[in-house]
Amino acid sequence: MRVPRSWLADFIAIPADATIDDIADAYVRIGIEPDSVEVVGAELQGPIVVGRVQGFVEEPQSNGKTIRWCQVEVAPGEVRGIVCGARNFLEGDKVVVSLPGAVLPGGFAIAARRTYGHVSDGMICSARELGMGDDHSGIIRLVELGLDPDLGTDAIELLHLRDEVIDLDVLPDSGHCMSIRGAARELSHATGWAYRDLALEISAPEPVEGPVTGVRIEDGADHIVLRTVDGFDPATPTPMHIRRRLQLVGTRSISFAVDVTNYVMFELGQPLHAFDRSKLRGDLVVRRAAAGESLETLDHVRRTLATRDVVIADDRGPVALAGTMGGLDTEIDDASTAIVIEAAHFIPTAIGVQSRAHGLISEASKRFERGVDAAVQEAASARAVQLLVEHGGARYHGMARVDERPAPTVITMAVDAPTRLIGTHIEPARVVEALTAIGCAVVGEDPVQVTPPTWRPDLTGVAELIEEVARFTGYDAIPAVLPVARGGRGLTARQRLRRRISRSLAYGGLTEVVAYPFIGTAELDAMLLPAEDPRRDAVALRNPLSAEAPLMRTTLLATLLGAAQRNVGRGVRDLAIYELAMVTAPSGTRGPAPQPGTDRRPTDAELAAIDAALPAQPEHVAGVLVGQRLLAGPLAAGRPAGWSDAIAVAASVLDLAGMAWRTEPATLAPWHPGRAAAILVGEVVVGHAGELHPKVAEHFGLPRGAAAFELDLEPVYAAAREAVAAQPVRTFPVALQDLAFLIADAVPVATLRDAIVDALGDACESVRCFDEYRGAALPAGHRSLAFALRLRAADRTLTEGELADLRAAAVAAAEALGATLR
Amino acid sequence: MSAPNSNYDPKQVSALDADAVAAALSAALSDIATASDLEALKAVRLAHAGDRSPLALANREIGALPPAAKAEAGKRVGEARARIRQALDDRALVLEAEAEARMLADERVDVSMVVDDLPRGARHPLTSLSEYIGDVFLSMGWEVAEGPELEAEWFNFDALNIPAEHPARGMQDTFFVAPEDSHLVLRTHTSPVQARTMLAKQPPIYVVVPGRVFRTDELDATHSPVFSQVEGLAVDEGLTMAHLQGTLLHFARAMFGEDAQVRWRPSYFPFTEPSAEFDLWYPQAKGGPRWIEWGGCGMVNPAVLRACGIDPERYTGFAFGMGLERTLMFRHGIADLRDMFEGDVRFSQQFGVEL
Repeated sequence: MRVPRSWLADFIAIPADATIDDIADAYVRIGIEPDSVEVVGAELQGPIVVGRVQGFVEEPQSNGKTIRWCQVEVAPGEVRGIVCGARNFLEGDKVVVSLPGAVLPGGFAIAARRTYGHVSDGMICSARELGMGDDHSGIIRLVELGLDPDLGTDAIELLHLRDEVIDLDVLPDSGHCMSIRGAARELSHATGWAYRDLALEISAPEPVEGPVTGVRIEDGADHIVLRTVDGFDPATPTPMHIRRRLQLVGTRSISFAVDVTNYVMFELGQPLHAFDRSKLRGDLVVRRAAAGESLETLDHVRRTLATRDVVIADDRGPVALAGTMGGLDTEIDDASTAIVIEAAHFIPTAIGVQSRAHGLISEASKRFERGVDAAVQEAASARAVQLLVEHGGARYHGMARVDERPAPTVITMAVDAPTRLIGTHIEPARVVEALTAIGCAVVGEDPVQVTPPTWRPDLTGVAELIEEVARFTGYDAIPAVLPVARGGRGLTARQRLRRRISRSLAYGGLTEVVAYPFIGTAELDAMLLPAEDPRRDAVALRNPLSAEAPLMRTTLLATLLGAAQRNVGRGVRDLAIYELAMVTAPSGTRGPAPQPGTDRRPTDAELAAIDAALPAQPEHVAGVLVGQRLLAGPLAAGRPAGWSDAIAVAASVLDLAGMAWRTEPATLAPWHPGRAAAILVGEVVVGHAGELHPKVAEHFGLPRGAAAFELDLEPVYAAAREAVAAQPVRTFPVALQDLAFLIADAVPVATLRDAIVDALGDACESVRCFDEYRGAALPAGHRSLAFALRLRAADRTLTEGELADLRAAAVAAAEALGATLR
Repeated sequence: MSAPNSNYDPKQVSALDADAVAAALSAALSDIATASDLEALKAVRLAHAGDRSPLALANREIGALPPAAKAEAGKRVGEARARIRQALDDRALVLEAEAEARMLADERVDVSMVVDDLPRGARHPLTSLSEYIGDVFLSMGWEVAEGPELEAEWFNFDALNIPAEHPARGMQDTFFVAPEDSHLVLRTHTSPVQARTMLAKQPPIYVVVPGRVFRTDELDATHSPVFSQVEGLAVDEGLTMAHLQGTLLHFARAMFGEDAQVRWRPSYFPFTEPSAEFDLWYPQAKGGPRWIEWGGCGMVNPAVLRACGIDPERYTGFAFGMGLERTLMFRHGIADLRDMFEGDVRFSQQFGVEL
């Protein structure tokens, strides 16, 4: 809401020494944020004065123009000769003259100069030349502005050529600030400067006999005033000061009748609509639209109306979408002489809903949904009629009105309620003073009965009143007292484990990235997900930022592979990245979520139904490994990152949770079908890891061999580790044995290892495969696997005989899998 | 082999005379002193302290001396042999030390050749900051609460006193989930977790809620459609705006030192009444301390308490929230928000594992 200082001054006595920054600071103190402060006409420089055209001679020129050689009195007794190209003025007119030395907007410096055979000692100004809008049809005749100042008067001040405009950011509960009247009232609260409510001083002219359009309310409003005029001259120009003010608040001048409705709206906050009475049929009614009705609005769009829409209708049907936009068929045009001015108090929520539904957020709808003063309709419409009569020659015929406004709400408040919520003692007198200052009627001592003013529909309860008291007494006065929380139990097991996983991966050499969760089918295609893959069944957004990414990711790799690609594209060769975040589970529910009321706690069943409508959003962790896992250096050879690293990193996450895991070969996109594992805990697959499919690597610009993993952390969190049952540390000597077996490739090393572990029983401290050998010397399809055994008993040194038995048991277990001891 | 001293032999006994012993001792000490390494010392030991050394041989002769001479000769030879043993041991210690020093010197490496074979990992600073803030509140006895990112409209709006027709519903540019009647959105703030927390338990409630939120803003240097908030909620008997102010001040000082200050000015949020925005006096700001807009706060609107099953006559509450990206930007001098979301490892790696 742009607020010119000069317009504010109509309502509030701003001290001359108050700067625009003082005013802005005052607004900040009461919680109204100025978006910007603008000084209009800052570059203007005088002398720009009022002069009188004493006389002129018209001189036709060879170029076809006729100029006027004018004698202009710019101060009593001081007459200058000035050449003027405009011819819209008369002898004796008072005009605005820029004298040599003046600077006009755009840095245009005025000097005495020779032109058309004369020395022109200044310039007679048009509105545009003074930065007052686009009007360049002629010079300004001050009589048209209703002005008759003394000669030599400074025109910069007279015409508000220099002004200051504050742009206030009006919050959604602050409809009362969306007018000059309201902004001035707030400023008065903040500063104590005297406020004068012009709305109280307005009265309509005495009506003269003539037809008056009637009105009734069916639904959608509780107050409406119609005022009918005719005899209006549609050619009436908009007076300069109105044009100037509309320009400063950011609205273009359209025609005088329309300008009047806008002017009054900005001034008093009441949106008005002007109908061409000759285009209306019968009286008007405020009602909901009937099914099937439509209306072509002023923006030339034919809109199908819904039964929620509030309309103003005549005998033939809707003529305006109430409080939002008028109808094209009844609009004021350049032949309109009979006008009906409508001022209503519509149901705020209805206007908000219908303006959003039709995509028509207008200056009017913004005010209605934020709350318009329910008592300003008469004054606002009267003000419009005044202007039409005064400047446009209109005759006022009278008013029709329906008033169904409810009795004002009375809020009962304990007088110590502000003290109890604000936390600092506020005297009862101070509470009453604060509420009275903002226009409330306060009755009683304790509790007090508070009737908020008509322009504050946002004051609906005690909390709102307390906010007003806090604003009045100043937030700065509130002390800082640290409350003592009770009984915190620290992080949950889930939160602790998440932190451990995140740190562990980072300390393990992976770097965390954070990606947006939005994907498109292109990423899923690049991952080679088959058509029936459930991960394609992703939740979609109705209004995605990009048509390429309308889906919520079902897998972190869909975005993590892109991050890997970006890094590789920027020259990173050895890359290890991870992300830990929620995904939106595929194939889940996606509404409709119930919408229980808010006047009470929803039942547990209602809450459960809401949660049941939400798709599951499990946390996942995923990683991508590219290039060298271990870098080559002078001390050690490097090692490329590969499928086994991906599995190892994934498994390390499960180790953190103390979970026993195993792998199984897996064929799942985006992995290499022969180099990927499903990772299982019990019989539950918690994730996959391995080398990326060569095509996937290619699609994402990654080198062949790049590896990746993704785990669902929900089962990991769910299997919260129980307290470890500690085993006594065995102190008897360890026995070391190495065994190598020849075995078919089909038998996984883990299977062989597990069999050996089982066979060794209690004496087994660890079994580790330390070598794999393949060679021509071995039978085709076979390999040699070597294991290091550490054996130790709890209660004695193992004897040679026992060791021989253990070794025999291990060999027998291996042989049962088809292995032979080498 | 010498013959046994079966009879008195004055010639052989000459080995026991004082001069001979002194000469043997002198020769031994000289050889010991000049032994250059442990190997040489071993030979010297054999020559001067071995079974066949002159003094060992002389020692055997003592028995053949007349009883009167035995004591003196024994003493003389014994002392000489002891001195030689001592000299050998001393010299051995010196030579061992020299040998060890030589070995250690030979084993010297170029310690600037630091092993960096495992590439360094890092966490995203948003994660670290979120944990850091969580820790500040945990230390005050608060807990950390979380909730879904894809949320029901009822939790994101209705429960927070933002009914369907409320203009504030248009304030936050919301991502809506298909289909049209799903009544699901990407949460526009972390506040639905407030509602979830209050619905799950009765006061006292002291929770801090970190999380990602979503608004339909195009990505630029200072806006992102996905960003992070941390918000706090306290509901208890007798909580006031003074407690809110005290909590914000304590938090600011825990994060930014004892010189940090907080100031606030009235504002509007549907879920709080009264509401305020608060600024941080940031002592470490580049170019000198200054005020920085930090977040929003207020007393929980009684309508919210009511919808969440908490008696507003008995309990009051306060809530506050701030953006993590913004905090990170001024704390670390990050000029462009986009750096946080591109996934370039060089961004995160500046911060290491912890902030």
